[in-house]
Amino acid sequence: MTKTVTDVVCPFCGTLCDDLEVEVSDDGKTIVDVYNACAIGAEKFMHAQSKDRVKRPRMQQPDGSYKEVTYDEAVEYTAQMFAKARKPLMYGWSSTSCEAQSVGHEIAEKAGAIVDNTATVCHGTTLIAVQDVGIPSCTLGEIKNRADRIIFWGCNPTHAHPRHQSRYSIFPRGFFVNKGHKNRKVIVVDPRVTDTAKMADIHFQIEQGRDYELLSALRVAVRNEPLPDTVAGIPKEKIYEAAELLKSGRFGIIFFGMGVTQTLSKNHNIDEAIMLTKDMNEFTKFSIMAMRGHYNVTGSGQVLGWQFGYPYCVDLSRGFARYNPGETTSNDLLRRGEVDAVFVLGSDPGAHFPISSVKKISQLPSVCVDPHITPTSEISKLHVPVAFVGVEVGGNCYRMDNVPIDARKVVDPPEGVLTDTEFLTRVNKRLGELMGVA
Amino acid sequence: MEGGKEKDAYTKACGIIEMDSSDLKKLGAWRNTNVRVTSKHGSVVVKAVEATQGPHPGLAYIPMGPWANSVTDPNTYSTGMPTFKGVPIEVEIAMNEKVLSSVELVQKKCRGEI
Ligand code: SF4
Repeated sequence: MTKTVTDVVCPFCGTLCDDLEVEVSDDGKTIVDVYNACAIGAEKFMHAQSKDRVKRPRMQQPDGSYKEVTYDEAVEYTAQMFAKARKPLMYGWSSTSCEAQSVGHEIAEKAGAIVDNTATVCHGTTLIAVQDVGIPSCTLGEIKNRADRIIFWGCNPTHAHPRHQSRYSIFPRGFFVNKGHKNRKVIVVDPRVTDTAKMADIHFQIEQGRDYELLSALRVAVRNEPLPDTVAGIPKEKIYEAAELLKSGRFGIIFFGMGVTQTLSKNHNIDEAIMLTKDMNEFTKFSIMAMRGHYNVTGSGQVLGWQFGYPYCVDLSRGFARYNPGETTSNDLLRRGEVDAVFVLGSDPGAHFPISSVKKISQLPSVCVDPHITPTSEISKLHVPVAFVGVEVGGNCYRMDNVPIDARKVVDPPEGVLTDTEFLTRVNKRLGELMGVA
Repeated sequence: MEGGKEKDAYTKACGIIEMDSSDLKKLGAWRNTNVRVTSKHGSVVVKAVEATQGPHPGLAYIPMGPWANSVTDPNTYSTGMPTFKGVPIEVEIAMNEKVLSSVELVQKKCRGEI
């Protein structure tokens, strides 16, 4: 016999689907099947079950191999590392709960650390733009029920957020768009004919890196001002046509992703996209939203925001919170050799950072807290496996539209494996003892 | 990649470069040949596959992962964000070289072995 856990939240991408059903064995220990999730979401649940999972911390030996150690030794190493470091970097925080983030920040305050999350390599430039020009946004529920003009700019949800389109943005029948996708017009801007682009009414195959120009051209076109014959490889007639299509809608939304945030113009692209949204509100109702990747990167920004006032790269090394992207951001700190210890939780910089930064991590005292074996865990001095948040322990998370959702526990973690909140709490306590503060 | 990053599937999914069929022809490479990709910032061996989301001649795509990060531009221009996209690269056939797994690749690069 098996039992079914309903309303399970998927801890993978920023869509944070909350309608999963998971079938577990009677003793509540193993997952038998996962329903409603997309392939990557289901994989996350099943991977937690894998037989070769690491269940105890491992310390790197001088020859590069790893030796199992106890959690007590792991806590001691981590606390000592923080106590000795003058400027440690605490990076990640996107694949964990808000509760764990909060304990991490207590450690950061004691240790005078820099706390940075994965926004630094994905939507950090978005956050800079939002501070520059503000952001008119909405919730995914509003999009489902109202939006009839959808733009996907430099993002490919068909692969990165597979259920986004069926739950919220293209297909669902909403209160004011009761014919589902027949009521909606979709525009995709991408240099490649992505699988998302194949579903679009209009696909702008833009020249790589020319987003700023095309966004500006659209701002010109909605005002009916003259344009040059082509902009970013798109003929002007097409741009005017798109502008008219957008203006004729009742509720529009721009979703944007890495294609805009990671190219050379970075935050200026987003500035311009937000300004286009603002302009569009002269004609109809328009919103804009970042396609956040990790399931709780939004939560990390929220918790940092309400505790220290800034959404990422918060520098606490001087005893108060500073924020200066370009200076206090992980890759800049690593490149300049300004940190003397690295603590990673809930991300994989070994795979996501340029190799020059990864080399720096491998040369420093380093701890990687992650349920998986990852490139980061295999270059860190200490790897601490923990329970999967959202599978083996619950916790609060924020969806890409800043709606908080409580993730549920589905099965028990393997015996003796700590959750990240438990591990951080123990490190925090030990660090307090070492530094003589409560 | 939730199936495990030390696994073969990750290498198959991300240790690749998606190239336009016309570019493959110019290079004289069959589909699924190993190639060496070199930029100003580094070099890496990946498998060349034909782009399914094309055509886009002159544009190649390596999915996010340690292979891509071996050649991306680490410069952030004071934004904190490395310049991951739009990096000029050269591609040459490297039939006899192996595509390393993510862990091997990162470990070897960190130890300065490659
Ligand atoms: S779309 Fe995202 S949140 Fe929803 S099931 Fe798939 S991976 Fe999980």
